[in-house]
Amino acid sequence: MSAILVYAEHDHTELKSGTLSAIACAREIGGDIDILITGNNCGDAAQHAASIEGVRKVLLAEGEHLENHVAENVAPIIERLAGDYDYVLAAATTGGKNIMPRVAAKLDVQQVSDISKVISEDTFVRPIYAGNAMATVQSTDAIKLITVRATSFEAVEAGGGSASVESIESGSDAGLARFVGADLSESEGPELTTAPIVVSGGRGVGSAENFQLIESLAGKLDAAVGASRAAVDAGYVPNDYQVGQTGKVVAPDLYVAVGISGAIQHMAGMKESRVIVAINKDSEAPIFEAADYGLVADLFEALPELDKALDG
Amino acid sequence: MKVLVPVKRVVDAYVKVRVKSDGSGVETNNIKMSMNPFDEIAVEQAVRLREAGTATEVVAVTIGPQQAQEQLRTALAMGVDRAMHIEADAGVEPLAVAKILSAVCDQESPDLVLLGKQAIDDDSNQTGQMLAALRGWPQGTSISKLEPGDGTVTVTREVDGGLESLELPMPAIATVDLRLNEPRYPKLPNIMKAKKKPIEQSTTADLGVDITPRLKQVKVEEPPARAGGVKVSSVDELIDKLRNEAKVIQ
Ligand SMILES: Cc1cc2nc3c(=O)[nH]c(=O)nc-3n(C[C@H](O)[C@H](O)[C@H](O)COP(=O)(O)OP(=O)(O)OC[C@H]3O[C@@H](n4cnc5c(N)ncnc54)[C@H](O)[C@@H]3O)c2cc1C
Ligand SMILES: Nc1ncnc2c1ncn2[C@@H]1O[C@H](COP(=O)(O)O)[C@@H](O)[C@H]1O
Repeated sequence: MSAILVYAEHDHTELKSGTLSAIACAREIGGDIDILITGNNCGDAAQHAASIEGVRKVLLAEGEHLENHVAENVAPIIERLAGDYDYVLAAATTGGKNIMPRVAAKLDVQQVSDISKVISEDTFVRPIYAGNAMATVQSTDAIKLITVRATSFEAVEAGGGSASVESIESGSDAGLARFVGADLSESEGPELTTAPIVVSGGRGVGSAENFQLIESLAGKLDAAVGASRAAVDAGYVPNDYQVGQTGKVVAPDLYVAVGISGAIQHMAGMKESRVIVAINKDSEAPIFEAADYGLVADLFEALPELDKALDG
Repeated sequence: MKVLVPVKRVVDAYVKVRVKSDGSGVETNNIKMSMNPFDEIAVEQAVRLREAGTATEVVAVTIGPQQAQEQLRTALAMGVDRAMHIEADAGVEPLAVAKILSAVCDQESPDLVLLGKQAIDDDSNQTGQMLAALRGWPQGTSISKLEPGDGTVTVTREVDGGLESLELPMPAIATVDLRLNEPRYPKLPNIMKAKKKPIEQSTTADLGVDITPRLKQVKVEEPPARAGGVKVSSVDELIDKLRNEAKVIQ
């Protein structure tokens, strides 16, 4: 039976949904699943992990130097544990992408990034070229280091498990990168990568003020707000709203693209959505090729109308 | 400070790639190739550091086939001082690229290595972090801001929740994101001059790095296609479809 270590991301109390998807991927691979939690004062997150069915044990490394998940401090912990495992998994979030290759290089392993499917114990599918091609790759390394595309694996739910939590050696500050600060955006609505409905705005929205229209519709639908790169670059919304090849990957039940042309790089982040709606005044916009329902209209007319219709 | 910028030759970002019918990869014959867009941003940043007098020398390096020299010419036209070509077939994996770059660091002793956050062909997002690990250097990934300090650089990273900043003692590695800067278009005289500049050449064997792949590419396929949709003629029709056909809203 193989042994799988999942590096967890958390908010001190709960595991993040990307990690819950990585655990789902671990279940598909099959084997004993241990969860590694690193941080400072994150015992609750460890308890959350322990309550997940099928988890064998939770390893908890705590210390001030781990508070901000600086890669230089976290990677050595994973590296030290990895020898006991056949697989080390993490979500392909900015956190997982930052830390895992650092571990892989130390272990002399070629990481497999952003897998969307498990074919067999050593063979996986991953998107390349912004998802315009799907590569099936077989890893020949003894330990498999993998980041997991969260939208491709349905997050596991907590409950039904009672794994033990074991405190482990947490190492010390590597003295390399010094955390200066964070500027995290506070959005009130649901989280972009897990929301069942996402309403995204593009360059067509025209200004930060006009983004109110997107937010208002999102509010009515209890949806998260996303954006194209052009909208972020123009300063309409913060960077963490960006959906696409180089932003976030989302796959909600409903994705509404407003004033977005549908560039390859944007589609890479939303084309797995179940239902796609496009609202664009240009009937030739490529987004319509991906849309289940396309409305050729000026968004400044269509959005207020939609708002009103949803009220009634 | 000396800056090293690794640049990769990739299929141009605006080409819609086609998968070869035998499943062996994507079609790259007669397809427009360019410098990885993130690497252009890294080159731009390095050149700006030199223009500001912060950097004393900027060296671009590529690992790839003979034609990858075209991308080095672009880097030279944008203003890098020197260009190095390490010849290898296309498709060297990130771990091997990182090992080669580490060998280049042994020779060149850069204070800062600026890479792209990801290559838009393999979408791996690994090389910079791997290089940092191999050298035991600090890393700042996906940066949208870089401020040089005294023996340090302070970088702002784009992370899932927003932004975060780190201070990195040099030598350090940073991987750049799209919003760091807007790369320049090289001017014609600079393009002409770049054609005449020397390119320093070597091979992976010269550097003593084993580039045997660790991943076997079993096959490459088209992604599942989406079934074509319909156009609706009004907001009311849209809401009706979403409620009663797709059943995604109440
Ligand atoms: C390496 C690389 C990575 C990238 N990564 C990403 C990424 O992760 N995510 C991403 O989104 N992009 C990414 N891009 C950028 C991408 O190529 C496009 O430039 C971007 O997605 C365009 O955004 P947009 O559709 O909002 O703007 P545009 O392409 O300018 O489209 C605006 C649309 O709005 C419509 N419009 C205008 N006014 C109205 C109106 N009043 N009513 C209705 N419709 C209107 C127009 O018809 C048009 O279709 C990347 C590019 C590169 C090179
Ligand atoms: N063959 C290569 N030659 C030079 N630089 C490379 C090469 N492959 C990757 N890189 C660098 O590593 C970055 C990340 O690539 P990747 O890890 O493959 O996504 C790129 O943006 C380049 O800066």
